[in-house]
Amino acid sequence: MANFSTNEFKGGLKFMLDGDPCSILENELVKPGKGQAFNRVKYRNLKTGRVNERTFKSNESVEGADVTDIDLEYSYTDGEFWYFMDPVTFEQHAADANAIADCKKWLKEQYVYTVTLWNGTPLLVSPPNFVNLAVTETDPGLKGDTAGTGGKPATLETGAVVRVPLFMNVGDVLRIDTRSGEYVERAKDI
Amino acid sequence: MENNWRPTADIDTLKKRAQFLADVRVFFAQHNVLEVETPILSAAAPTAPYLTSFVTDYQPLSGSSKQHYYLQTSPEFAMKRLLAAGSGSIYQIAHVFRNGEQGRLHSPEFTMLEWYRPELSLHQLMDEINALLQQVFGFAPIIRLSYRGVFEFLFKFNVLTCSDDDIIACAKERIGGLPPELDLDRDGWLALLMSHVIEPKLADLNMPLFIYDFPASQAQLAKVIQDNAGNDVAARFELYIDGIELANGYDEVLDANELQRRFESDNQQRKTLGLDQMPMDGHLLAAMSSGLPSCTGVALGIDRLMMLAMNKIQIADVQSFSFERV
Repeated sequence: MANFSTNEFKGGLKFMLDGDPCSILENELVKPGKGQAFNRVKYRNLKTGRVNERTFKSNESVEGADVTDIDLEYSYTDGEFWYFMDPVTFEQHAADANAIADCKKWLKEQYVYTVTLWNGTPLLVSPPNFVNLAVTETDPGLKGDTAGTGGKPATLETGAVVRVPLFMNVGDVLRIDTRSGEYVERAKDI
Repeated sequence: MENNWRPTADIDTLKKRAQFLADVRVFFAQHNVLEVETPILSAAAPTAPYLTSFVTDYQPLSGSSKQHYYLQTSPEFAMKRLLAAGSGSIYQIAHVFRNGEQGRLHSPEFTMLEWYRPELSLHQLMDEINALLQQVFGFAPIIRLSYRGVFEFLFKFNVLTCSDDDIIACAKERIGGLPPELDLDRDGWLALLMSHVIEPKLADLNMPLFIYDFPASQAQLAKVIQDNAGNDVAARFELYIDGIELANGYDEVLDANELQRRFESDNQQRKTLGLDQMPMDGHLLAAMSSGLPSCTGVALGIDRLMMLAMNKIQIADVQSFSFERV
C-alpha cells in the first residue's frame, strides 16, 4: 500500500495507525508564524469506530490502508459469522460479531448493507439509513388513537425494539431510521 | 462544466474587503503613517529555520547566467532599510509568500499589513492596533496578558524559570494523540502547548488578547529585555482573536552585530535540520550599521483579519482566488 505524507492528508483518506485502519475526518495545518509545522488530525478508528485526535510532524508519512466499501446482500448467520453475498459475482463474505456490532438488530435477509472491507475482510457492516421491518410483538393496538403521545415499545422481526404509536399491531410494517433507531412511518410493504 | 474558474470569495465579500482596506488607509493617513511599496523580489532571504521562501531565477536577455531571487516572506527587511534612510513611520499592504503553508488559516500567498513606528513603545503600538481594530473592524477592546501570566494562569508554573521536563510533562498530560517518540526542543514544546491547549482556551475566552514578553529564546528579531521580575524576555507580542494568531509585533533589534549573530545561528540550525542555507541580507545589516532608529513594528495577517471581521470560516472565503484556484 502506498505511503501518504502529511501534505496529502484530507478528509476520507484511509491510513494505518498503531496497527489499525483509520479514516481522516478533519486535517488542520498548525503552524505559528516562524514555528514548526504540525498536522492536527481528527480520525475515526475503523475497527473500534472511535473518533480521536493525533498530531503529526509535517514531514511525517503514514502507510495507506487497503479499505473499500462495497454493497452486499445479507444471506444468513450460523451464530458465529454473518454471511453476505455480492449480488453480481455471488462471492460470499463472512463478517464476525465485531464487524456486525450495532448493525445486528437491523439485519434482514436479502437486504443490502454497506460492508467495509480491510485487506478483503469485513471490518464494519453499516445498515442503510432506512429499513422496513415488521412488528412481531407489541401490546394490542388502540383504534382511533392516531396521534398518541407517548407510544409503546414494539419488537421488530430483527429483534430491535423501537417506540411506535399506540395504534400499531403485530404484522404492521414500519419504516425505521437506523441512525436514530426511531420509527418514521407505517410502510406499505417490506 | 468545471466551476474552478470562479472566485472563492463572493463579490459582496470582496466589496467589503475593499472598503476595509480603504478605511485602513484612512486610519494610517490620520496617524501620519506613510504608505510605501517595496520589491517583492530579494536577492537575500530570511534565515528563520521554519520559514521557507519561494525561489525563482533571474535570467538576463543575453547571456546564460542565472541568479536566484527570493519572494518576500514579509516586507520587513526592505522597510527597515527605509527606516534607516529616515522615512519615519511607514506601513505597507503587501503580498507575501511562504512555501508549503496551505490550510484553512494558511496560504502560500497571502496579504500582510506591516507597519513601523519609530516614536512608539511596544505598549503604545498595542494601543494603536487596538484603535485600528475597534474603529475600522468593530472588534471589542483587546486585553493584555504576559506570556508568563498565561502559563501561570492555565498551568500554575513559571514558564520562564521552570525546567524543560516541567514543560514536556505538562504538554504530554494535556495534549492527547502525540506521537510517542516526539522529540522537540523547549520552544517546540511551548509552541505545541500554545497551539493545542492555549489557543482553544483563548477561543473560549471570546475577547481579543495580546500576549507579550515572550521567552528570550523566541525573540526572533525583537530586543531582549528584563521583565519586572528580572527575567530575560523578548520585547515581543502576539495578537489573538478567537484563538487565532493574527499579528506579531517587536521592539526591533537595532544592533547589526546582534542581528548577524541571529542570522548565523539560524543558518547553523538549518544545517542541522538538513535545510538550505539562506543568503543573509547584507543591505539590511549595512542599513542597521548606519543606524536604524529605535522603533516598534508589527505584521498582521490581513486575510485572517478579514475572515474574522466577516465571520467566515477559512481565509479562502475572503481571497478572490485561493491557492487551489491560482
